[in-house]
Amino acid sequence: MKTATIQLEALACPSCVQKIEGAIKSFDGVEKDTLKIMFNSSKVKFDYDDGKLALEDVEKAITGLGYEIKKSQSK
Amino acid sequence: MASAVQRFILSRKNQIALICGILIAVGFTAHLGFGNERITLWALVTASVLGVAPIAIQAFQALRFKVVSIDVLVTIAVGGAFFIRNFEESAIVTFLFLFGAYLEQRTLNKTRAAIKELTEMAPESALKQMENGEFEEVDVDEVDEGDILLVKTGDKIPVDGTVLTGEGAINEASITGESLPVEKEKGSNVFAGTILDNGTLQIVADRVGEDTTFGRIIELVEEAQDSKSEAERFIDRFAKYYTPAVLVIAAIVWLISRNIELAITILVLGCPGALVIGVPVSNVAGIGNGARHGVLLKGSEVIGDFSRLDTMIFDKTGTLTEGNPSVTEKIYYGEGMDRALGYLASVERESGHPLAKAVLKEIGETSLYPVENTEVIKGGGITATVRGSRIAVGNVALMEREGVHISEEAASDIARLEEEGNSLVLAAVDGELKVLMGIRDRIRSGVKDHLQSLKRLGVKNLVMLSGDNQGTVDAVSRELGLTEAHGNMLPEDKAAYVKRLIEEEGRIVAFVGDGVNDSPSLALAHIGIAMGGGTDVAIETSDVVLMNSDFGRLPHALGLTQATARNMRQNIFIAVGVVFFLLAAVFFSEWMNMSIGMLVHEGSILVVILNGMRLLRYSS
Repeated sequence: MKTATIQLEALACPSCVQKIEGAIKSFDGVEKDTLKIMFNSSKVKFDYDDGKLALEDVEKAITGLGYEIKKSQSK
Repeated sequence: MASAVQRFILSRKNQIALICGILIAVGFTAHLGFGNERITLWALVTASVLGVAPIAIQAFQALRFKVVSIDVLVTIAVGGAFFIRNFEESAIVTFLFLFGAYLEQRTLNKTRAAIKELTEMAPESALKQMENGEFEEVDVDEVDEGDILLVKTGDKIPVDGTVLTGEGAINEASITGESLPVEKEKGSNVFAGTILDNGTLQIVADRVGEDTTFGRIIELVEEAQDSKSEAERFIDRFAKYYTPAVLVIAAIVWLISRNIELAITILVLGCPGALVIGVPVSNVAGIGNGARHGVLLKGSEVIGDFSRLDTMIFDKTGTLTEGNPSVTEKIYYGEGMDRALGYLASVERESGHPLAKAVLKEIGETSLYPVENTEVIKGGGITATVRGSRIAVGNVALMEREGVHISEEAASDIARLEEEGNSLVLAAVDGELKVLMGIRDRIRSGVKDHLQSLKRLGVKNLVMLSGDNQGTVDAVSRELGLTEAHGNMLPEDKAAYVKRLIEEEGRIVAFVGDGVNDSPSLALAHIGIAMGGGTDVAIETSDVVLMNSDFGRLPHALGLTQATARNMRQNIFIAVGVVFFLLAAVFFSEWMNMSIGMLVHEGSILVVILNGMRLLRYSS
């Protein structure tokens, strides 16, 4: 189990949060209860099973939604 | 390929808004100035298509994840306007929506700036000792515990660590709020995010990244600004169903009335903008203001409780008073004082009692003598023999026991010092009273004024709880003008007291005390505030962290939470008020249309953001 922290460009609307939340929850291997999307600090945090999920796929989905990723970390 | 185009369009939203604005201006000039309807038509159609593109892309992406976002409502509304060939409305609505989003982004960034300033103080690089012994610059993420780092003058300390070699003065304001540099030498602890004003240090990393004190402060503030109160969670749930509901209502209106114009107007009016953004904006601005002023508020729940506070309970020692007792007055009786003070110091030197420390400090350098036959009398003091003289050091009871004569003059001194809240130390040589000292723990400077400010801000009960005797407690209480003061209390008595106030009297209680002994009370109170600087315990146990344990920040903290709570209520009121106003206008007036609706809607969003921004300038 790893924890991912993704710093996004500044989020402007609360509905962005809903979109990103929906996108990340659709991935298998994401611990849904740990998912936190912080609107003001524009950060995404979640635990995931690195056997089931590659973080790059989540990153791709987020960029696909039109949000630029500034920094992504997992440990 | 398609997604690359989408990303391109989204990243050029602001430019698109600008082009839309120009096209609309061209269209209206052509219409009003030249009557050239062909140019007007083309300008408005182009503006609509161009403008709706980014909105439609966002709407489509949201729908893919089953979210009915505002973009969905606007896209359908613009599509509807297009369908009934009302290009003027479709162009203006897309432009206002994009332009509004741009202004939102700019103003939001301003409200977030205070916290960004804080996070940007985080160290980014470090000079790390490599295997060959040379120091190389690396990203701070590549530093592990146990690594040896070099810090030069002007550099940020990259980790929490211990000094191995070197000396230097460090500005620790980012952790403690104290701006005077602190001298560091071999063995001293240093903290990430603090700045080496001068000197060169080699340090070993003890804690890195998010585990450092600074990392924890940042995490705390970041989580706090995005924490949600019960009211906010309600609004979120509400918004989740509200937006689809607007869509359904618009569809029903269209089916019944067959009036597309009305249906799409409802879609635009129903956008829940100000409501969902109003509270988070107040929250982030309030917490940002606190972060700038050395007050860390742990989230919006804390803001709610703290702002409604009616009772504040203080621990005495170390919170209201400085925590190191000192002699306030000394009175000598008779002759041979130098010798008597030497005897007194010799006896007190062997005691670990806090009062003995104060006495020794007061006497300072003196000649010391060997002490024999030392006897400690519980609840009294010490007796001993020095150079053949019998020495008694202790309280009045001990003097009586020893048969020491207390003159009328001495008796009145004793009464006065006690009345003033002093603990007393008397010393007798061979049955003759020589020295009387009044010892008191000094009240921290400014505390009295700060307590008055708290009262003015509406805290009805200021209570002090202490383990000290009731006499001392009463004296401090009188001096500070407290409402209640209780002495002889153990930590568990304090906790029981807090519990009773909350459960039986229904008060909203804050407890201010030291983070170690008082932790049960800190945990029980609605708001716990641990004095103890940027220490781990204080950060962990406090709901409100005061940097540098500065008591003077309490009134600011209270005033700020009150202002923030008020600001949130105003924003909710504005947002709800605007929705009702728009709904009333659409049903009872002729002039309401999609463009005006969008203008009012975007306007209300800006109003709540600007209202929130006022909090950044709050000062007590």
